[in-house]
Amino acid sequence: MAKEPILSARDVEIQFSLRGRKLTAIRKCSLDLYEGETLAIVGESGSGKSVFTKSFVGMLDANGSIVGGSIMYNGEDISKYTKEQQWLNIRGKKIAMVMQDPMTSLNPLKKIGKQIQESIELHQGIKGEAAKQKALEMLRKVGISDAERRYNQYPHEFSGGMRQRVVIAIAVACHPQILICDEPTTALDVTIQAQILDLIRHLQQELHMTVIYITHDLGVVANVADRVAVMYAGQIVEYGLVNEIFYNAWHPYTWALLSALPQLGVKGEDLPSIEGTPPNLYTTIVGDAFAPRNKQALAIDFVKEPPFFDVSDTHKAKTWYLDPRAPKIEQPEAVRRLRENMRARG
Amino acid sequence: MEEREKLIEIKNLQITFGHGRHKFVAVDDVNFDIYKGETFSLVGESGSGKTTIGRAILRINPTSAGQILLKGKQINGKISKELDREVIRTCQMIFQDPMASLNERAKVDYIISEGLINHHLYKDEKEREDKVQLVLREVGLLPEFASRFPHEFSGGQRQRIGIARALIMEPEFVVADEPISALDVSIRAQVLNLLNRLKKRRGLTYLFIAHDLSVVRFISDRIAVIHKGRIVELAESEELFRHPLHPYTKALLSAIPQPDPEMEKQKKLLVYDPSMHDYSTDKPVWTEILDGHFVYGNQKELEGYRKEIELTDRA
Repeated sequence: MAKEPILSARDVEIQFSLRGRKLTAIRKCSLDLYEGETLAIVGESGSGKSVFTKSFVGMLDANGSIVGGSIMYNGEDISKYTKEQQWLNIRGKKIAMVMQDPMTSLNPLKKIGKQIQESIELHQGIKGEAAKQKALEMLRKVGISDAERRYNQYPHEFSGGMRQRVVIAIAVACHPQILICDEPTTALDVTIQAQILDLIRHLQQELHMTVIYITHDLGVVANVADRVAVMYAGQIVEYGLVNEIFYNAWHPYTWALLSALPQLGVKGEDLPSIEGTPPNLYTTIVGDAFAPRNKQALAIDFVKEPPFFDVSDTHKAKTWYLDPRAPKIEQPEAVRRLRENMRARG
Repeated sequence: MEEREKLIEIKNLQITFGHGRHKFVAVDDVNFDIYKGETFSLVGESGSGKTTIGRAILRINPTSAGQILLKGKQINGKISKELDREVIRTCQMIFQDPMASLNERAKVDYIISEGLINHHLYKDEKEREDKVQLVLREVGLLPEFASRFPHEFSGGQRQRIGIARALIMEPEFVVADEPISALDVSIRAQVLNLLNRLKKRRGLTYLFIAHDLSVVRFISDRIAVIHKGRIVELAESEELFRHPLHPYTKALLSAIPQPDPEMEKQKKLLVYDPSMHDYSTDKPVWTEILDGHFVYGNQKELEGYRKEIELTDRA
């Protein structure tokens, strides 16, 4: 991709101090984000996908800090920001976020309309009636009918899907350049989920936004993403175009995720599952973090951390399997035949 | 299929909440049987009444009309104390959120054996401890976990504790209410495998409650699709995927994101609008359209469904 990235994170390290101990949540993680694309970050809970993206908007918890690396955005290294004032120019204005649970991300004591208006007044300098009109326009834009009446209602009068629409309206009210969606549909029903994904897609085209999805649902990834990054134990272990990740993955962790999909299960047989637990992030991890859970791990996996190897120009994986010196290892059956198996199921 | 033993029979079940003006019918005219040894799934969106039915079988929610039979004996409404105890022992539940369903202040040992204690199902302390150790091993946990508190465990481990708690009563019938939707992807497969293994080993019968049809397909023998308190379609699981007939079933199927980008990007989303049914003169009935495949519709719709089946079979 010859385009310049609009956001570029390099070797980011994030630590949290918990009861006097240091937990390294993000271990030298790099990511480029290109204009207009939809990037999905996948991984299990605790892999650091939320923490990593929260660092783009300065929303780390008070006991966490970026201790290494850089995040370049608009020619500035935002990882060096220290004052809240600096963040206010970015957060909500340029980079906005949609949180997972619409039940907890809205203020229950404030009218829906006011909450949208607040974000507009704060970031765009429009006040009063003009801001109200703008808020009403946003409500209509996210597919809420009867906007005038809805404007004066409280969050408890809205269903889960409707609330998530409101959260999205607040996030995009200031036309951010980047929209980060942190598990936007996990708390919702499947039928509502599909509608919300559609809504985000439409808004993205209309407002020319770049979208980062954080999710653990590979079905959602397949639906929305242009590119996918797979995270494990605080690092991106594989990234590439969506088709490359689904049909030609190379990292053993991506394989494990794909093979464990219930959609590919055979009745009466066990689903392949990932045994063991993710590594303890309080300790220093030696070698490939996934090696202890990987039945086919190589000897070097326990000694030396693998670099990224190219699968194609756009697709890279951090595994020794791709080293020319490695013994020949084949992709597991379930991964090689994913396309056929899915088609056969109709 | 007539020879198969019916463990649970549900006849014209209705469940309402509230009274008078605030009366709300959550479940209406629901009929189905669960055979011994099968996994029967109830699928629908939130608020469709699927959990309410599961809870009604366990006598947690009172019913307002209809019958629930366990091995031919009525178990809803007023029943004798002995029968009540038998229902509690033979029917157990696995809950959705393992973070919320365990007593934070009790040790695993107590959480698991609470049912035994309440029902005096052990001779002496030694037997109780042995039972706890055995069931912990059976769900893939270590016996020494018994002396720990729930907060020391991960989500997957806590769900195993929840399963152990249900199993120690040696139930015949287990209601699993979205047992994996609160879990991480990598843990889901483990818990599903465990449930399947337990079913084989103990000859359990499951009522599996879920909103995700794709997960349900892999584990169930039969699936019922429920919408707004009414079952709209019921069939064996592969049959349901081969011939989805009711528009709501189709909408659900189309909404599930499939882990295949090429397929996903061509997909067309179907939206179910209940006002599409014209039931003013032609009343809908619950009909067996194919062997073991039931659908709710009026004569005109059924005609259309029959044509659809013919078309898919020819292709």
